[in-house]
Amino acid sequence: MPAQFSRVTSHAVLLAASDVDTDQIIPARFLKVTRKDGLGAHLFEDWRRDPGGAPRPDFALNRPEAAGARILVAGHNFGCGSSREHAAWALVGWGLCAVVAPSFADIFRANALKNGLLPVELARADHARLVGAREADAALPVTVDLERQVVEWPGDAAAGFTVDPFHRRCLLEGIDELGYLLALEAEIASHEARRR
Amino acid sequence: MTTSPVTTSPVTTSPVTTSPVTTASTRRTTMFHKIWRDHLVAQRAGEPAVVYIDLHLVHEVTSPQAFAGLRGRGLVVRRPERTLATMDHSVPTAPGPARGRIPIAEPQAAAQIAELERNCADFGVPLHALGSGRQGIVHVIGPELGLTQPGMTIVCGDSHTSTHGAFGALAFGIGTSEVEHVLATQCLLQSEPRTMLVRVDGRLGPAVTAKDIILAVIAAIGVDGGTGHVIEYAGSSIGALSMEERMTVCNMSIEAGARAGLIAPDDTTFEYLAGRERAPAGAAWDDAVDRWRRLPTDEGAVFDRVIAVDGGALEPMITYGTNPGMGIPLGAPVPAPSDLGDAGARGALVRALRYMDLQPGRPLLGHRVDLVFLGSCTNSRLSDLRQAARVMGGRKVSPGVRMLVVPGSQEVKRQAEAEGLDQVFRAAGAEWRESGCSMCIAMNGDQLQPGQYAVSTSNRNFEGRQGMGGRTFLASPLTAAAAAVSGRITDPRTLL
Repeated sequence: MPAQFSRVTSHAVLLAASDVDTDQIIPARFLKVTRKDGLGAHLFEDWRRDPGGAPRPDFALNRPEAAGARILVAGHNFGCGSSREHAAWALVGWGLCAVVAPSFADIFRANALKNGLLPVELARADHARLVGAREADAALPVTVDLERQVVEWPGDAAAGFTVDPFHRRCLLEGIDELGYLLALEAEIASHEARRR
Repeated sequence: MTTSPVTTSPVTTSPVTTSPVTTASTRRTTMFHKIWRDHLVAQRAGEPAVVYIDLHLVHEVTSPQAFAGLRGRGLVVRRPERTLATMDHSVPTAPGPARGRIPIAEPQAAAQIAELERNCADFGVPLHALGSGRQGIVHVIGPELGLTQPGMTIVCGDSHTSTHGAFGALAFGIGTSEVEHVLATQCLLQSEPRTMLVRVDGRLGPAVTAKDIILAVIAAIGVDGGTGHVIEYAGSSIGALSMEERMTVCNMSIEAGARAGLIAPDDTTFEYLAGRERAPAGAAWDDAVDRWRRLPTDEGAVFDRVIAVDGGALEPMITYGTNPGMGIPLGAPVPAPSDLGDAGARGALVRALRYMDLQPGRPLLGHRVDLVFLGSCTNSRLSDLRQAARVMGGRKVSPGVRMLVVPGSQEVKRQAEAEGLDQVFRAAGAEWRESGCSMCIAMNGDQLQPGQYAVSTSNRNFEGRQGMGGRTFLASPLTAAAAAVSGRITDPRTLL
């Protein structure tokens, strides 16, 4: 189904650690599934619960203020490691629709965009401002606006970001990437004929 | 304070070096750009390139939702003959029956594997099935069949697809949505990556291997040092590597965040490919070699970034932390958080040392080891097994240590058995197992127990990667074997 995103306002989960890998986002033992749904229950499983299955109360997703959040404020190089799209499915399954970080791993970014999970890359200084504001106010309402390409929160200047124009248009208009490729049948066939 | 063997371009001391932009009159082309240009199906202004994919490798874990997507839209696999499937991630590796296949104990894994079999049958995709004698880790069987060839574009729903870059193929990992795109159209939408040259020159010292080269590179540039880039590895140290060693280097490109790793094809490449089942033969072989000889980067082509490594100064490497960039020479002390200026890196190191239960300021040499894992798409090929056997011949796995030897494919297993390597491992008390990803990803029941320490020849030391609460030291097959026979982290040079 085409992924869509235009604008969201929500309180945010703060998990500002650097180099969070996709093995943490969704551990490999949960990849033995044949569907995309149901993974939200295991998002950050081993950070969220102890080996006995009891919730770790200090973990960001378990704090009372995390409930219902649509935005994750993450750290540098978020989503590094494995190519598992299950990481994006788990984040979406938990209820998130945007991740705001200073940088993302390449494959994670591509996977996120295909699932309506907007990877928002902020300049380090802007990201630091947002983290500071969120630390001061756990209920801070944050707006991510793809049309205007800005992140806004009360009491501070907006922070701009850029999503490449193609993916921005896909998300705003609900254009399906596979549909786009299928429409190129003539070009694909001619490429195949040329190279055979 | 010793000088690091890894330096960035001599024009600047900054870790990030941007080379001057090439001018039209002196345009020389990198190997990456030659392959990219050759596979462009369409490129509309302001839109990503449409890139044709020559070879699509498929496994059980990242494909079910893609096949389901095809069914949902009534689509077929456009080019089944450019697609090859096998099961590797969640297959059991316990020593199998003489005939037939190992039963899969876990129902979810069994269902996922059955789903791959059904999907391949329904969509006409060739499958190297369990029990067929042709199964193996997808990145081991592509090259050994001769399917992986210079100049190709190769993808798989697996980040270690970068392995195939050792042949001068542009090979990269993709997500499941992209698996669906390639199944349906044989194409992908891709933005053009930047290029990075990693030059490794000089003669490697004793017991310094391909694994040590790549661990040193990742430690130097960081786990995001290659983000947005395709890395080309070049220089005399790389040229002297065998194909299997080159695969080890390219395999871990993704651990530096790179989209792909590439090594120029040369006579070593052609000798490896000649006569393989799926390699061209006869006149087609000669044509192919002519084409492949034109692939290497033109003299004077400009890369966006250049890194230089003094191969002669490299030492055997080991990781101490929870990402592959947290690596040090075997004899070096584990870094202290107070040594780091960046708050994010300091926080990550504090967390890693706590998880690993390690003290900074001391080398890892002598540290207790509970398990040794020899395997994975990084280091499970015949030469890796031979290296480990050099150390283990006539020795025993230390009491209290468990060692798993997991050949990368059924073919590797047969070859190893033909030359008696299995006997060396068995005589030492190691477990000689069936092929698969095994404890690299711990999806199949092969896993560490909480708190255990492993020396692993695999590619990731993330928290819980080899089993919840397990702790991983990444190293070469030589260093892994040395740990197995001594029960402690040991410099393999003392045992050779």
